[in-house]
Amino acid sequence: MSDIDLTSRPPAMQPLSLERRPFELRALTSGLLTGLTWGIAILGSIPLFSVIIMLVAEGGSRLDIEALTALPPAGFEMGGGFGNAIIGTLVMVAIAAAISVPLGLLAAIYLAILDPYSVVAGTSRFVAKTLTGFPSILAGVFTYAVLVINFGYSAVAGGVALAVLMLPTVVLAAEESMKQVPQKMTDAAFGMGCTRSQVIWKVVLPTGLPGILTGIMLAVAGAAGESAPLLFTALFSNYFMSELMEPTASLSILIYNFSAMPFDNQIELAWAASLVLVLMVLVFNILARLIGQSKV
Amino acid sequence: MSATAEAMAQSILPTAAAFSPVGPTVIDCQLEKVFYGDFLAVRNSNVPIEKGKITGFIGPSGCGKSTVLRSLNRMNDLIPIFRFEGHVKYHGQDVYGKNVDPVVVRRYIGMVFQQPNPFSMSIFDNVAFGLRLNRYKGNLEERVQKALERAALWKEVKDKLQKSGLSLSGGQQQRLCIARAIATEPDVLLMDEPCSALDPIATRQVEQLMLELKERYTVALVTHNMQQATRVADTTAFFGVDISQGGRTGYLVEMGETSRIFEDPQEELTKQYVSGEFS
Amino acid sequence: MAVNPFQHADSASSISGPPSGSDYLADSIFRVIALSCASLIVVLILYILWEIGGLALPAMAQHGLGFVSGTTWNVGSQEFGVLPEIWGTLYSSFLALILGGTFGVGIAIFLTQDFIHARLAAVFRTIVELLAAIPSVVYGLWGIYVVIPMLRPVAEWLHSELGFIPIFGTELSGPGMAPAALVLAIMILPTVAAITVDAFRRIPYKVKEAAYGMGTTRWEAILKVMLPTASSGILAALVLGFGRALGETMALAMLIGNSNQINLSLFAPANTLASLLASSFPEAGQIEVQALMYAAVVLLVITLIVNILGLGIQQYTVRKFEGKA
Repeated sequence: MSDIDLTSRPPAMQPLSLERRPFELRALTSGLLTGLTWGIAILGSIPLFSVIIMLVAEGGSRLDIEALTALPPAGFEMGGGFGNAIIGTLVMVAIAAAISVPLGLLAAIYLAILDPYSVVAGTSRFVAKTLTGFPSILAGVFTYAVLVINFGYSAVAGGVALAVLMLPTVVLAAEESMKQVPQKMTDAAFGMGCTRSQVIWKVVLPTGLPGILTGIMLAVAGAAGESAPLLFTALFSNYFMSELMEPTASLSILIYNFSAMPFDNQIELAWAASLVLVLMVLVFNILARLIGQSKV
Repeated sequence: MSATAEAMAQSILPTAAAFSPVGPTVIDCQLEKVFYGDFLAVRNSNVPIEKGKITGFIGPSGCGKSTVLRSLNRMNDLIPIFRFEGHVKYHGQDVYGKNVDPVVVRRYIGMVFQQPNPFSMSIFDNVAFGLRLNRYKGNLEERVQKALERAALWKEVKDKLQKSGLSLSGGQQQRLCIARAIATEPDVLLMDEPCSALDPIATRQVEQLMLELKERYTVALVTHNMQQATRVADTTAFFGVDISQGGRTGYLVEMGETSRIFEDPQEELTKQYVSGEFS
Repeated sequence: MAVNPFQHADSASSISGPPSGSDYLADSIFRVIALSCASLIVVLILYILWEIGGLALPAMAQHGLGFVSGTTWNVGSQEFGVLPEIWGTLYSSFLALILGGTFGVGIAIFLTQDFIHARLAAVFRTIVELLAAIPSVVYGLWGIYVVIPMLRPVAEWLHSELGFIPIFGTELSGPGMAPAALVLAIMILPTVAAITVDAFRRIPYKVKEAAYGMGTTRWEAILKVMLPTASSGILAALVLGFGRALGETMALAMLIGNSNQINLSLFAPANTLASLLASSFPEAGQIEVQALMYAAVVLLVITLIVNILGLGIQQYTVRKFEGKA
């Protein structure tokens, strides 16, 4: 690249060229790398499209009222569906949200506003961050040790396992959105003579609400798709649930069980159930985005 | 340093001559030292705030005038490393007394901030905020209207009271914040450079408003703008920065009637400042 | 409760008053509740460690460190060792990291370094986020019916032509390391991409300006200025992606073949700690549950080390850009 020698060239005779030189080495390397990057981006999005196509083609063809409402078929049985699994998933996610949202929100209030720099706040923030990288199956192992050994497999145990997974997500997302409430607004509230709790209830929570709801929705979406923690907490059931303290079906466990079966009917149902599960997760995701955009 | 040497060092520090206002004093600030952590931010400033008057705080940036103002209603308590030594007597009672709750202090001594800071709620709810906070039992609409009228904002917003306070222009937002502060009729209003984020027209409107507010309230005003002080303040306190001790410590240099401070300053520093030699 | 020394303040028209007793009570109660909830998170993780540790204790006492080096998992003879699972966990995560890391960082560069219009970049970002939203079991199902059939001819060819290389040493009979690692790579890609994007975004614009101002091409700017500046953030992304891969369960349980062996070959079936737990737990008796709890402890220790390392690097990066390091 040292073809421009400023010391010896008589400037008038050989003017310095500022034109593009497309075949120079740096231009070629650039082109190659740019092509590679485009390739990576396109190749990286293929799996998503492949998954979507399979879901629509395989799952969509089997998705009907029967699939959505009937009970899972046994062995060589034809037909059937996963109505009980849909209900089970919804119930367990609801239990998880009912436990983790209030706890997580209150903890976030403490971390973001009441005492952000205290030892307790620092420790729980660190623990929450560590918990987000926690293998989800360990939430199942923990719930097994605490609840299942004593009370048996149940929807409640499944819900608790999912709540353990949701809690750190809710805490961190809620803390983040509360911190984004401008300090001048909280100053104004303190200046009016609000107690700390009044500042939180009257100003911080209402202002940070869209962000908090987004975080909750994303946590719910994640929990709905989880399966590992349900494996040995809720187990599975071939029947509709009649109470919360019995083994309960869920979409994700149904997909896991059916995927390994040697029967076409079950495999088709696994695809249909996957489609329903993905749609469920997507609905929560889209809701989260919509709420997040509705900021003032 | 021995005790006597320290006392001597203290005695040679320049301090302002005592100023006593003619009328009754609402807040008598006897500030000895204000620290942020180990940093001595302001020292030895006795600032009496006279009832029914506007007291202006002027001085170069970093002189601690905002710190002094925010010490009056204990807003600085929100900063963990802040420490106040001295007394702030409000109707004779020490705001920094042992049993005093800063929350109560702020209910009586309202504040308007440098940046307009309406809450992200409707215009009506912004103004009604303090009324609801104090569980006002009377006619909410009437009070809100009165406060907005007094803040010279009613005509502009009376048809859109349910719109977000954040949808207003900067000048309107600041008047909304003033309306919010005066809706509960606090005894004293602290204004911390309320016009610094506003354009000249909005500034005029807010200044006009201050002159009207003086009829009912006692106002303490921090301003970076000397013309603004001459236009609205009855009494002016000039703060300077003392770098003689190696730090940057603010202190009260001189205080008196605004016309005297600007036309006949007694201190050399004040003279230089009001004649525009530094800012 | 503080007294109100200002009740005699002469402000006849003022409606200001001190907060009521119930306001103060609500304030105190609320603070206590919030503090308990924040502490609960800390208590929770201690409790988790305590419970899992407690159940694993008999197995720990019985098998000791031999558990980590043992290679058999035989319930009948009560022989329990998880070396193949540890190997499978680390090997699959490592393979996924190489593939998912390359793609994640590549996509992050693509999204942040002005390759495409901002609006198109938003579309791509949504695609990557959607990849993260697809549940693990769905990836497992997709892996069984799309990835494995697709890989089989490729694997056959590689094995017959290059079978002397250990990583192609066996045939792909169905589930195995390659499909598992491939799906795992797709699953950690969004994590790596998102954290790397953050790392690039944190670089002040003036740094990029300075590079272009020196007359660099876009790629010289990326390779010589942007990547080194973002390097600690990218490292954090890779470590956290690796941590995610270690704990991933369902897709692996469905794709890796759950076979207790240590094999370098990409096409041989293997097992991981998480999928061992998933596949054995539901039917395990008391003794096996204790051994599985021990396996859970091993998994916990590995992921905690990796995650704390990743968080540490991430925090260091943030501080570096805030000028505190």
